[in-house]
Amino acid sequence: MRPFTYARPESAAAAVRAFMAAGAGAHYIAGGTSLYDLMKLDIEKPQHLIDVTTIRGLDAIETNGERLRFEALAPMSAVATDKVVLRDYPILAEALWKAASQQLRNMATVGGNLLQRTRCLYFRNGAGGTSVGNTYPCNKREPGSGCAAIGGLDRGQAVLGQSSSCTAVSPGDWPVALVALDAYVEVLGAGGSRAIPIAELYRLPGSTPNLEFTLQPGEMITAIVVPKTKAGRHSTYHKIRDRESYAFALASAAVALDMDGDTVTRARIGLGGVATKPWRATAAEALLAGKPLTPATALAAGHAAFADAKAGQHNGFKIELGARTVADALTIAAARNRS
Amino acid sequence: MPDMEHLLGVPLTRRTALGGTAALTASSVISESDPAIAAPLTKPVGVRMAIRTTVNGKAVPVEIDVRTSLLDLLREQLHLTGAKKGCDHGQCGACTVHVDGRRVASCLTLAAKVDGRAVTTIEGLADGKTLHPMQQAFIDHDALQCGYCTPGQIMAAVACVREGNATSKDRIREYMSGNICRCGAYVGIVAAIEQVAGREKV
Repeated sequence: MRPFTYARPESAAAAVRAFMAAGAGAHYIAGGTSLYDLMKLDIEKPQHLIDVTTIRGLDAIETNGERLRFEALAPMSAVATDKVVLRDYPILAEALWKAASQQLRNMATVGGNLLQRTRCLYFRNGAGGTSVGNTYPCNKREPGSGCAAIGGLDRGQAVLGQSSSCTAVSPGDWPVALVALDAYVEVLGAGGSRAIPIAELYRLPGSTPNLEFTLQPGEMITAIVVPKTKAGRHSTYHKIRDRESYAFALASAAVALDMDGDTVTRARIGLGGVATKPWRATAAEALLAGKPLTPATALAAGHAAFADAKAGQHNGFKIELGARTVADALTIAAARNRS
Repeated sequence: MPDMEHLLGVPLTRRTALGGTAALTASSVISESDPAIAAPLTKPVGVRMAIRTTVNGKAVPVEIDVRTSLLDLLREQLHLTGAKKGCDHGQCGACTVHVDGRRVASCLTLAAKVDGRAVTTIEGLADGKTLHPMQQAFIDHDALQCGYCTPGQIMAAVACVREGNATSKDRIREYMSGNICRCGAYVGIVAAIEQVAGREKV
Protein backbone atom coordinates (compact mmCIF):
# COMPACT_ATOMS: atom_id res chain seq x y z
CA MET A 1 0.00 0.00 0.00
CA ARG A 2 1.18 3.49 -0.82
CA PRO A 3 2.29 5.70 2.07
CA PHE A 4 0.00 8.39 3.42
CA THR A 5 -0.08 10.84 6.28
CA TYR A 6 -2.75 10.41 8.92
CA ALA A 7 -4.50 13.18 10.82
CA ARG A 8 -7.14 13.00 13.57
CA PRO A 9 -9.03 16.27 13.90
CA GLU A 10 -11.33 16.80 16.89
CA SER A 11 -14.03 18.82 15.14
CA ALA A 12 -15.69 18.91 11.73
CA ALA A 13 -14.32 22.41 11.14
CA ALA A 14 -10.80 21.21 11.99
CA ALA A 15 -11.27 18.29 9.61
CA VAL A 16 -12.16 20.62 6.75
CA ARG A 17 -9.18 22.84 7.58
CA ALA A 18 -6.90 19.79 7.60
CA PHE A 19 -8.30 18.66 4.27
CA MET A 20 -7.82 22.04 2.61
CA ALA A 21 -4.33 22.40 4.08
CA ALA A 22 -3.31 18.93 2.86
CA GLY A 23 -4.25 19.78 -0.72
CA ALA A 24 -4.15 17.22 -3.53
CA GLY A 25 -4.47 13.63 -2.42
CA ALA A 26 -6.43 14.45 0.73
CA HIS A 27 -9.23 12.07 1.61
CA TYR A 28 -11.56 11.77 4.58
CA ILE A 29 -11.86 8.34 6.16
CA ALA A 30 -14.67 7.27 8.49
CA GLY A 31 -15.27 3.55 9.09
CA GLY A 32 -12.97 2.78 6.20
CA THR A 33 -14.76 -0.40 5.15
CA SER A 34 -14.87 0.78 1.54
CA LEU A 35 -11.91 3.17 1.32
CA TYR A 36 -9.31 1.01 3.09
CA ASP A 37 -10.49 -1.98 1.06
CA LEU A 38 -9.91 -0.05 -2.18
CA MET A 39 -6.53 1.19 -0.93
CA LYS A 40 -5.47 -2.43 -0.55
CA LEU A 41 -6.43 -2.94 -4.19
CA ASP A 42 -4.45 0.16 -5.23
CA ILE A 43 -7.63 1.74 -6.60
CA GLU A 44 -7.90 4.51 -4.03
CA LYS A 45 -4.54 6.21 -3.55
CA PRO A 46 -4.91 8.91 -0.91
CA GLN A 47 -1.76 10.73 0.12
CA HIS A 48 -3.33 12.25 3.23
CA LEU A 49 -6.01 10.54 5.31
CA ILE A 50 -8.10 12.65 7.63
CA ASP A 51 -9.84 10.35 10.08
CA VAL A 52 -13.16 11.94 10.94
CA THR A 53 -14.15 9.30 13.51
CA THR A 54 -12.18 11.18 16.16
CA ILE A 55 -14.53 14.16 15.80
CA ARG A 56 -16.49 14.48 19.04
CA GLY A 57 -20.26 14.48 19.07
CA LEU A 58 -21.09 13.79 15.45
CA ASP A 59 -22.92 10.50 15.93
CA ALA A 60 -26.27 11.52 17.40
CA ILE A 61 -29.54 9.91 16.29
CA GLU A 62 -32.39 12.42 16.70
CA THR A 63 -35.94 11.19 16.15
CA ASN A 64 -38.01 13.52 18.35
CA GLY A 65 -38.46 16.53 16.09
CA GLU A 66 -40.26 16.98 12.79
CA ARG A 67 -37.42 15.26 11.00
CA LEU A 68 -35.22 12.28 11.59
CA ARG A 69 -31.65 13.46 11.82
CA PHE A 70 -28.74 11.04 11.76
CA GLU A 71 -25.36 12.58 12.31
CA ALA A 72 -22.80 11.29 9.86
CA LEU A 73 -20.70 9.21 12.24
CA ALA A 74 -23.57 7.19 13.70
CA PRO A 75 -22.72 3.54 13.01
CA MET A 76 -25.03 1.71 10.61
CA SER A 77 -25.74 -0.82 13.36
CA ALA A 78 -26.91 1.90 15.76
CA VAL A 79 -29.37 3.49 13.33
CA ALA A 80 -30.65 0.05 12.23
CA THR A 81 -31.61 -0.76 15.82
CA ASP A 82 -32.98 2.62 16.86
CA LYS A 83 -36.46 2.03 18.34
CA VAL A 84 -38.22 4.80 16.38
CA VAL A 85 -36.55 3.80 13.12
CA LEU A 86 -37.53 0.16 13.67
CA ARG A 87 -41.14 0.98 14.49
CA ASP A 88 -41.92 3.84 12.11
CA TYR A 89 -39.44 3.44 9.23
CA PRO A 90 -38.88 -0.24 8.37
CA ILE A 91 -37.69 0.96 4.95
CA LEU A 92 -34.65 2.52 6.68
CA ALA A 93 -34.03 -0.23 9.23
CA GLU A 94 -34.23 -2.95 6.58
CA ALA A 95 -31.99 -1.08 4.14
CA LEU A 96 -29.29 -1.00 6.83
CA TRP A 97 -29.99 -4.46 8.19
CA LYS A 98 -29.73 -6.06 4.75
CA ALA A 99 -26.51 -4.22 3.98
CA ALA A 100 -23.19 -5.79 4.95
CA SER A 101 -22.49 -8.00 7.96
CA GLN A 102 -22.85 -6.99 11.60
CA GLN A 103 -19.06 -6.58 11.76
CA LEU A 104 -19.13 -4.04 8.93
CA ARG A 105 -22.28 -2.32 10.22
CA ASN A 106 -20.46 -1.75 13.52
CA MET A 107 -17.57 -0.12 11.67
CA ALA A 108 -19.29 1.73 8.85
CA THR A 109 -21.04 5.06 9.40
CA VAL A 110 -24.34 6.18 7.88
CA GLY A 111 -22.56 9.16 6.32
CA GLY A 112 -19.67 7.23 4.86
CA ASN A 113 -22.02 4.61 3.46
CA LEU A 114 -23.46 7.20 1.07
CA LEU A 115 -20.05 7.49 -0.61
CA GLN A 116 -19.41 3.78 -1.08
CA ARG A 117 -17.96 3.04 -4.50
CA THR A 118 -19.16 0.51 -7.03
CA ARG A 119 -18.58 -3.22 -6.75
CA CYS A 120 -18.23 -3.57 -10.54
CA LEU A 121 -15.74 -6.42 -10.91
CA TYR A 122 -13.86 -4.64 -13.67
CA PHE A 123 -13.49 -1.57 -11.45
CA ARG A 124 -12.28 -3.62 -8.48
CA ASN A 125 -9.90 -5.90 -10.37
CA GLY A 126 -6.95 -5.21 -12.55
CA ALA A 127 -5.61 -2.05 -10.98
CA GLY A 128 -2.23 -3.66 -10.52
CA GLY A 129 -0.59 -4.16 -7.16
CA THR A 130 -1.93 -7.33 -5.64
CA SER A 131 -4.15 -8.23 -8.57
CA VAL A 132 -3.62 -9.46 -12.11
CA GLY A 133 -2.11 -6.21 -13.28
CA ASN A 134 -3.81 -3.66 -15.50
CA THR A 135 -5.72 -6.29 -17.39
CA TYR A 136 -9.01 -4.45 -17.44
CA PRO A 137 -9.60 -0.91 -18.61
CA CYS A 138 -12.08 1.06 -16.53
CA ASN A 139 -13.19 4.63 -17.16
CA LYS A 140 -14.14 5.04 -13.53
CA ARG A 141 -10.76 3.90 -12.26
CA GLU A 142 -8.59 5.26 -15.09
CA PRO A 143 -10.51 7.95 -17.03
CA GLY A 144 -10.31 7.44 -20.76
CA SER A 145 -9.04 3.86 -20.57
CA GLY A 146 -12.30 2.27 -21.75
CA CYS A 147 -14.87 -0.04 -20.19
CA ALA A 148 -14.30 -3.78 -20.06
CA ALA A 149 -17.77 -4.43 -18.70
CA ILE A 150 -19.46 -3.24 -21.91
CA GLY A 151 -19.38 -6.33 -24.07
CA GLY A 152 -17.79 -8.25 -21.22
CA LEU A 153 -19.23 -10.32 -18.40
CA ASP A 154 -21.96 -7.87 -17.54
CA ARG A 155 -24.36 -9.95 -15.44
CA GLY A 156 -24.08 -7.56 -12.51
CA GLN A 157 -24.14 -4.33 -14.50
CA ALA A 158 -26.79 -1.60 -14.54
CA VAL A 159 -29.83 -1.56 -16.81
CA LEU A 160 -30.80 2.02 -15.93
CA GLY A 161 -28.69 5.18 -16.19
CA GLN A 162 -25.70 3.65 -17.92
CA SER A 163 -23.66 5.43 -20.59
CA SER A 164 -21.29 4.34 -23.35
CA SER A 165 -18.48 4.96 -20.84
CA CYS A 166 -19.74 3.06 -17.80
CA THR A 167 -22.41 0.59 -16.69
CA ALA A 168 -21.30 0.18 -13.07
CA VAL A 169 -24.06 -0.26 -10.49
CA SER A 170 -24.40 2.09 -7.56
CA PRO A 171 -23.92 -0.47 -4.77
CA GLY A 172 -25.73 1.01 -1.79
CA ASP A 173 -28.96 0.02 -0.08
CA TRP A 174 -29.22 2.87 2.44
CA PRO A 175 -29.06 5.66 -0.18
CA VAL A 176 -31.86 3.96 -2.15
CA ALA A 177 -34.16 4.08 0.87
CA LEU A 178 -33.16 7.69 1.54
CA VAL A 179 -33.86 8.69 -2.05
CA ALA A 180 -37.35 7.23 -1.76
CA LEU A 181 -37.98 9.32 1.37
CA ASP A 182 -36.67 12.62 -0.11
CA ALA A 183 -33.86 12.84 2.43
CA TYR A 184 -31.09 15.38 2.23
CA VAL A 185 -27.58 15.63 3.58
CA GLU A 186 -25.96 18.48 5.44
CA VAL A 187 -22.40 19.06 4.32
CA LEU A 188 -19.60 21.23 5.62
CA GLY A 189 -16.85 22.60 3.42
CA ALA A 190 -14.37 25.44 3.14
CA GLY A 191 -17.19 27.73 1.99
CA GLY A 192 -19.46 26.85 4.90
CA SER A 193 -22.37 24.44 5.22
CA ARG A 194 -25.14 23.60 2.77
CA ALA A 195 -27.86 21.02 2.22
CA ILE A 196 -28.00 18.64 -0.77
CA PRO A 197 -31.01 16.46 -1.60
CA ILE A 198 -29.75 12.85 -1.57
CA ALA A 199 -30.86 12.40 -5.18
CA GLU A 200 -28.58 15.27 -6.20
CA LEU A 201 -25.59 13.89 -4.32
CA TYR A 202 -25.05 11.36 -7.10
CA ARG A 203 -24.05 11.93 -10.73
CA LEU A 204 -24.93 9.84 -13.73
CA PRO A 205 -21.77 8.39 -15.29
CA GLY A 206 -22.11 10.16 -18.66
CA SER A 207 -18.66 10.66 -20.14
CA THR A 208 -17.05 11.20 -16.72
CA PRO A 209 -17.84 8.10 -14.63
CA ASN A 210 -14.84 8.89 -12.44
CA LEU A 211 -16.90 11.75 -10.99
CA GLU A 212 -19.54 10.07 -8.83
CA PHE A 213 -20.62 12.67 -6.30
CA THR A 214 -21.48 16.36 -6.36
CA LEU A 215 -19.50 17.17 -3.22
CA GLN A 216 -16.85 19.84 -3.69
CA PRO A 217 -13.26 19.11 -2.63
CA GLY A 218 -13.06 19.28 1.16
CA GLU A 219 -16.80 18.97 1.72
CA MET A 220 -17.80 16.35 4.23
CA ILE A 221 -21.25 14.99 5.02
CA THR A 222 -22.14 15.92 8.60
CA ALA A 223 -25.74 14.68 8.85
CA ILE A 224 -28.57 12.96 7.02
CA VAL A 225 -32.02 14.46 7.43
CA VAL A 226 -35.24 12.58 6.61
CA PRO A 227 -38.59 14.41 6.61
CA LYS A 228 -41.01 12.47 8.79
CA THR A 229 -43.85 10.80 6.93
CA LYS A 230 -46.68 8.48 7.90
CA ALA A 231 -45.76 6.45 4.82
CA GLY A 232 -42.77 5.23 6.83
CA ARG A 233 -44.98 2.77 8.66
CA HIS A 234 -46.16 1.32 5.36
CA SER A 235 -42.77 0.74 3.89
CA THR A 236 -40.15 -1.87 3.15
CA TYR A 237 -36.73 -2.36 1.66
CA HIS A 238 -36.91 -5.52 -0.42
CA LYS A 239 -33.58 -6.88 -1.59
CA ILE A 240 -32.95 -9.79 -3.95
CA ARG A 241 -29.50 -11.34 -3.89
CA ASP A 242 -27.59 -14.33 -5.24
CA ARG A 243 -27.54 -15.65 -1.67
CA GLU A 244 -29.95 -15.04 1.15
CA SER A 245 -27.74 -12.78 3.23
CA TYR A 246 -24.59 -10.67 3.04
CA ALA A 247 -24.49 -9.94 -0.67
CA PHE A 248 -25.00 -6.94 -2.88
CA ALA A 249 -28.37 -6.53 -4.55
CA LEU A 250 -29.17 -7.97 -7.95
CA ALA A 251 -32.31 -5.88 -7.64
CA SER A 252 -33.86 -4.04 -4.73
CA ALA A 253 -36.83 -1.80 -4.15
CA ALA A 254 -37.40 0.76 -1.41
CA VAL A 255 -41.11 1.44 -1.13
CA ALA A 256 -43.18 3.70 1.14
CA LEU A 257 -46.92 4.16 0.61
CA ASP A 258 -49.55 6.67 1.59
CA MET A 259 -52.82 4.78 1.42
CA ASP A 260 -56.51 5.42 1.82
CA GLY A 261 -57.96 1.99 2.44
CA ASP A 262 -56.68 -0.12 -0.43
CA THR A 263 -56.04 2.90 -2.63
CA VAL A 264 -52.55 4.28 -3.03
CA THR A 265 -52.67 8.04 -2.65
CA ARG A 266 -48.95 8.40 -3.07
CA ALA A 267 -46.15 5.91 -3.68
CA ARG A 268 -42.45 6.46 -3.20
CA ILE A 269 -40.24 3.94 -4.98
CA GLY A 270 -36.45 3.72 -5.05
CA LEU A 271 -34.47 1.13 -7.00
CA GLY A 272 -31.12 -0.43 -6.11
CA GLY A 273 -28.81 -2.97 -7.74
CA VAL A 274 -30.01 -2.07 -11.22
CA ALA A 275 -28.96 1.54 -11.84
CA THR A 276 -25.84 3.67 -11.95
CA LYS A 277 -27.08 5.81 -9.10
CA PRO A 278 -29.76 5.41 -6.41
CA TRP A 279 -32.82 5.49 -8.67
CA ARG A 280 -36.21 7.07 -8.15
CA ALA A 281 -38.94 5.27 -10.15
CA THR A 282 -41.15 8.30 -10.81
CA ALA A 283 -43.11 6.71 -13.67
CA ALA A 284 -44.09 3.80 -11.44
CA GLU A 285 -45.08 6.21 -8.67
CA ALA A 286 -47.30 8.17 -11.07
CA LEU A 287 -48.94 5.02 -12.38
CA LEU A 288 -50.01 3.96 -8.89
CA ALA A 289 -51.38 7.28 -7.64
CA GLY A 290 -55.10 7.02 -7.02
CA LYS A 291 -55.24 3.32 -7.87
CA PRO A 292 -56.00 0.35 -5.64
CA LEU A 293 -53.00 -1.84 -4.98
CA THR A 294 -53.67 -5.21 -6.55
CA PRO A 295 -51.26 -7.84 -7.89
CA ALA A 296 -51.97 -6.45 -11.37
CA THR A 297 -51.33 -2.78 -10.54
CA ALA A 298 -48.26 -3.70 -8.50
CA LEU A 299 -46.75 -5.60 -11.44
CA ALA A 300 -47.71 -2.84 -13.87
CA ALA A 301 -45.89 -0.37 -11.64
CA GLY A 302 -42.88 -2.70 -11.59
CA HIS A 303 -42.78 -2.82 -15.36
CA ALA A 304 -43.24 0.95 -15.57
CA ALA A 305 -40.17 1.34 -13.34
CA PHE A 306 -38.12 -0.49 -15.96
CA ALA A 307 -39.75 0.90 -19.12
CA ASP A 308 -36.53 2.69 -20.10
CA ALA A 309 -34.20 -0.14 -19.07
CA LYS A 310 -31.60 -1.41 -21.52
CA ALA A 311 -29.81 -4.71 -21.02
CA GLY A 312 -26.39 -5.85 -22.14
CA GLN A 313 -25.49 -9.44 -22.92
CA HIS A 314 -25.97 -11.17 -19.59
CA ASN A 315 -28.03 -8.85 -17.40
CA GLY A 316 -31.37 -8.88 -19.19
CA PHE A 317 -32.85 -10.91 -16.34
CA LYS A 318 -32.54 -7.86 -14.10
CA ILE A 319 -35.36 -6.10 -15.93
CA GLU A 320 -38.02 -8.70 -15.14
CA LEU A 321 -36.45 -9.46 -11.74
CA GLY A 322 -36.43 -5.76 -10.93
CA ALA A 323 -40.07 -5.30 -11.97
CA ARG A 324 -41.15 -8.22 -9.81
CA THR A 325 -39.03 -6.99 -6.91
CA VAL A 326 -40.92 -3.69 -7.07
CA ALA A 327 -44.25 -5.53 -7.24
CA ASP A 328 -43.36 -7.69 -4.22
CA ALA A 329 -42.13 -4.66 -2.26
CA LEU A 330 -45.40 -2.83 -2.97
CA THR A 331 -47.36 -5.83 -1.73
CA ILE A 332 -45.28 -6.09 1.46
CA ALA A 333 -45.59 -2.37 2.19
CA ALA A 334 -49.34 -2.38 1.54
CA ALA A 335 -49.84 -5.33 3.87
CA ARG A 336 -48.11 -3.33 6.61
CA ASN A 337 -50.58 -0.56 5.93
CA ARG A 338 -53.49 -2.84 6.84
CA SER A 339 -51.95 -4.27 9.99
CA MET B 1 17.97 -19.29 6.58
CA PRO B 2 21.09 -18.92 8.76
CA ASP B 3 21.99 -15.55 7.24
CA MET B 4 18.64 -14.05 8.11
CA GLU B 5 18.91 -15.36 11.64
CA HIS B 6 22.33 -13.81 11.98
CA LEU B 7 21.14 -10.49 10.67
CA LEU B 8 18.12 -10.33 12.88
CA GLY B 9 19.92 -11.45 15.99
CA VAL B 10 16.84 -13.47 16.94
CA PRO B 11 15.98 -17.09 16.32
CA LEU B 12 13.71 -17.51 13.35
CA THR B 13 10.52 -19.43 13.78
CA ARG B 14 8.49 -20.74 10.87
CA ARG B 15 6.10 -17.88 11.41
CA THR B 16 8.67 -15.07 11.29
CA ALA B 17 10.21 -16.66 8.21
CA LEU B 18 6.83 -16.88 6.51
CA GLY B 19 5.99 -13.39 7.62
CA GLY B 20 8.49 -12.05 5.11
CA THR B 21 8.68 -8.32 4.73
CA ALA B 22 5.77 -7.72 7.03
CA ALA B 23 7.60 -9.39 9.90
CA LEU B 24 10.71 -7.46 9.09
CA THR B 25 9.06 -4.06 9.12
CA ALA B 26 7.19 -4.96 12.25
CA SER B 27 10.05 -6.17 14.37
CA SER B 28 11.36 -3.64 16.81
CA VAL B 29 14.86 -5.14 16.75
CA ILE B 30 15.43 -3.95 13.22
CA SER B 31 17.01 -0.65 12.43
CA GLU B 32 15.54 0.72 9.22
CA SER B 33 18.74 2.59 8.49
CA ASP B 34 20.73 -0.63 8.32
CA PRO B 35 21.17 -1.16 4.55
CA ALA B 36 21.63 -4.90 5.00
CA ILE B 37 18.15 -5.12 6.52
CA ALA B 38 16.54 -2.49 4.34
CA ALA B 39 17.38 -4.43 1.20
CA PRO B 40 14.61 -7.05 1.44
CA LEU B 41 11.95 -4.39 1.89
CA THR B 42 9.97 -4.08 -1.31
CA LYS B 43 7.49 -1.48 -0.11
CA PRO B 44 8.27 2.13 0.77
CA VAL B 45 8.48 2.86 4.46
CA GLY B 46 5.43 4.83 5.48
CA VAL B 47 4.53 7.23 8.23
CA ARG B 48 5.03 5.78 11.68
CA MET B 49 2.83 6.47 14.65
CA ALA B 50 2.83 5.56 18.33
CA ILE B 51 -0.46 4.24 19.65
CA ARG B 52 -1.60 2.98 23.01
CA THR B 53 -4.23 0.30 22.93
CA THR B 54 -5.49 -2.36 25.29
CA VAL B 55 -5.45 -5.92 24.02
CA ASN B 56 -7.09 -8.64 26.08
CA GLY B 57 -6.92 -6.45 29.17
CA LYS B 58 -3.25 -5.56 28.82
CA ALA B 59 -2.04 -2.06 27.93
CA VAL B 60 -0.06 -2.21 24.71
CA PRO B 61 1.99 0.79 23.67
CA VAL B 62 3.22 0.08 20.16
CA GLU B 63 4.62 1.87 17.16
CA ILE B 64 2.91 1.20 13.85
CA ASP B 65 3.14 2.14 10.22
CA VAL B 66 -0.14 4.03 9.72
CA ARG B 67 -1.02 1.71 6.82
CA THR B 68 -1.17 -1.30 9.15
CA SER B 69 -4.48 -3.07 9.65
CA LEU B 70 -5.55 -4.10 13.13
CA LEU B 71 -5.27 -7.71 11.93
CA ASP B 72 -1.64 -7.29 10.90
CA LEU B 73 -0.87 -5.45 14.14
CA LEU B 74 -2.29 -8.35 16.14
CA ARG B 75 -0.68 -11.11 14.10
CA GLU B 76 2.64 -9.71 12.99
CA GLN B 77 3.60 -7.31 15.77
CA LEU B 78 1.82 -8.66 18.84
CA HIS B 79 2.04 -12.31 17.72
CA LEU B 80 -1.60 -12.96 18.52
CA THR B 81 -2.25 -15.27 15.61
CA GLY B 82 -5.73 -16.42 16.60
CA ALA B 83 -7.49 -13.93 14.35
CA LYS B 84 -6.99 -15.23 10.83
CA LYS B 85 -6.40 -13.59 7.48
CA GLY B 86 -8.88 -15.12 5.08
CA CYS B 87 -9.79 -12.64 2.39
CA ASP B 88 -8.25 -9.46 3.87
CA HIS B 89 -11.22 -7.55 2.40
CA GLY B 90 -13.94 -7.85 5.03
CA GLN B 91 -15.80 -10.57 3.19
CA CYS B 92 -15.07 -13.75 5.16
CA GLY B 93 -15.09 -12.86 8.87
CA ALA B 94 -12.04 -14.96 9.82
CA CYS B 95 -10.41 -11.83 11.29
CA THR B 96 -13.32 -10.93 13.59
CA VAL B 97 -12.31 -9.38 16.94
CA HIS B 98 -14.07 -7.06 19.38
CA VAL B 99 -13.24 -3.35 19.69
CA ASP B 100 -14.79 -1.76 22.78
CA GLY B 101 -17.06 -4.80 22.96
CA ARG B 102 -18.36 -4.62 19.39
CA ARG B 103 -17.39 -7.11 16.71
CA VAL B 104 -15.45 -5.74 13.77
CA ALA B 105 -13.48 -7.03 10.80
CA SER B 106 -9.91 -6.38 11.94
CA CYS B 107 -8.59 -6.61 8.36
CA LEU B 108 -10.54 -3.48 7.39
CA THR B 109 -9.80 -1.61 10.62
CA LEU B 110 -6.83 0.71 10.51
CA ALA B 111 -4.67 -0.14 13.53
CA ALA B 112 -4.43 3.60 14.20
CA LYS B 113 -8.16 3.55 14.97
CA VAL B 114 -7.74 1.39 18.08
CA ASP B 115 -5.56 4.00 19.75
CA GLY B 116 -7.12 4.40 23.22
CA ARG B 117 -9.59 1.57 22.68
CA ALA B 118 -9.90 -1.97 24.01
CA VAL B 119 -9.42 -4.94 21.71
CA THR B 120 -10.45 -8.49 22.58
CA THR B 121 -9.22 -11.42 20.50
CA ILE B 122 -9.89 -15.13 20.73
CA GLU B 123 -6.80 -15.38 22.96
CA GLY B 124 -8.54 -13.20 25.54
CA LEU B 125 -11.78 -15.14 25.71
CA ALA B 126 -10.96 -18.01 28.07
CA ASP B 127 -10.73 -17.47 31.83
CA GLY B 128 -7.35 -18.98 32.57
CA LYS B 129 -7.66 -22.63 31.65
CA THR B 130 -11.44 -22.53 31.68
CA LEU B 131 -12.80 -22.17 28.19
CA HIS B 132 -15.38 -19.52 27.41
CA PRO B 133 -18.83 -21.15 27.15
CA MET B 134 -18.85 -20.46 23.40
CA GLN B 135 -15.50 -22.19 22.93
CA GLN B 136 -16.83 -25.20 24.85
CA ALA B 137 -20.06 -25.16 22.86
CA PHE B 138 -18.14 -25.28 19.58
CA ILE B 139 -16.36 -28.40 20.88
CA ASP B 140 -19.62 -29.91 22.16
CA HIS B 141 -21.32 -29.45 18.79
CA ASP B 142 -18.36 -30.29 16.56
CA ALA B 143 -18.80 -26.83 15.07
CA LEU B 144 -15.64 -26.90 12.99
CA GLN B 145 -13.66 -29.04 10.65
CA CYS B 146 -10.40 -27.41 9.54
CA GLY B 147 -10.73 -24.70 12.18
CA TYR B 148 -9.38 -21.79 10.16
CA CYS B 149 -12.57 -19.73 10.42
CA THR B 150 -13.24 -20.82 14.02
CA PRO B 151 -11.64 -17.93 15.97
CA GLY B 152 -13.63 -15.46 13.87
CA GLN B 153 -16.78 -17.57 14.16
CA ILE B 154 -16.46 -17.71 17.95
CA MET B 155 -15.80 -13.98 18.33
CA ALA B 156 -18.78 -13.22 16.08
CA ALA B 157 -20.90 -15.78 17.95
CA VAL B 158 -20.13 -14.27 21.36
CA ALA B 159 -21.09 -10.83 20.03
CA CYS B 160 -24.23 -12.25 18.39
CA VAL B 161 -25.44 -13.56 21.76
CA ARG B 162 -24.49 -10.36 23.64
CA GLU B 163 -26.31 -8.22 21.06
CA GLY B 164 -29.45 -10.25 21.67
CA ASN B 165 -29.49 -11.52 18.11
CA ALA B 166 -29.30 -15.24 18.93
CA THR B 167 -33.05 -15.57 19.40
CA SER B 168 -33.80 -18.11 16.65
CA LYS B 169 -32.00 -20.28 14.13
CA ASP B 170 -32.95 -17.90 11.32
CA ARG B 171 -31.78 -14.83 13.20
CA ILE B 172 -28.52 -16.52 14.17
CA ARG B 173 -27.89 -17.41 10.53
CA GLU B 174 -28.59 -13.83 9.45
CA TYR B 175 -26.37 -12.30 12.10
CA MET B 176 -23.57 -14.81 11.45
CA SER B 177 -23.67 -14.35 7.68
CA GLY B 178 -20.48 -12.31 7.75
CA ASN B 179 -18.53 -15.42 8.74
CA ILE B 180 -17.88 -17.92 6.00
CA CYS B 181 -17.02 -21.57 6.74
CA ARG B 182 -15.78 -23.39 3.66
CA CYS B 183 -15.96 -26.73 5.46
CA GLY B 184 -19.65 -26.12 5.91
CA ALA B 185 -19.86 -26.58 9.68
CA TYR B 186 -22.83 -24.23 9.83
CA VAL B 187 -25.25 -26.68 11.44
CA GLY B 188 -22.89 -27.20 14.38
CA ILE B 189 -22.13 -23.49 14.62
CA VAL B 190 -25.82 -22.58 14.87
CA ALA B 191 -26.36 -25.34 17.46
CA ALA B 192 -23.41 -24.11 19.53
CA ILE B 193 -24.73 -20.56 19.54
CA GLU B 194 -28.20 -21.74 20.51
CA GLN B 195 -26.71 -23.63 23.44
CA VAL B 196 -24.90 -20.56 24.76
CA ALA B 197 -27.81 -18.20 24.03
CA GLY B 198 -29.88 -20.17 26.54
CA ARG B 199 -27.64 -19.00 29.37
CA GLU B 200 -27.91 -15.80 31.31
CA LYS B 201 -24.48 -14.27 30.95
CA VAL B 202 -21.96 -14.71 28.17
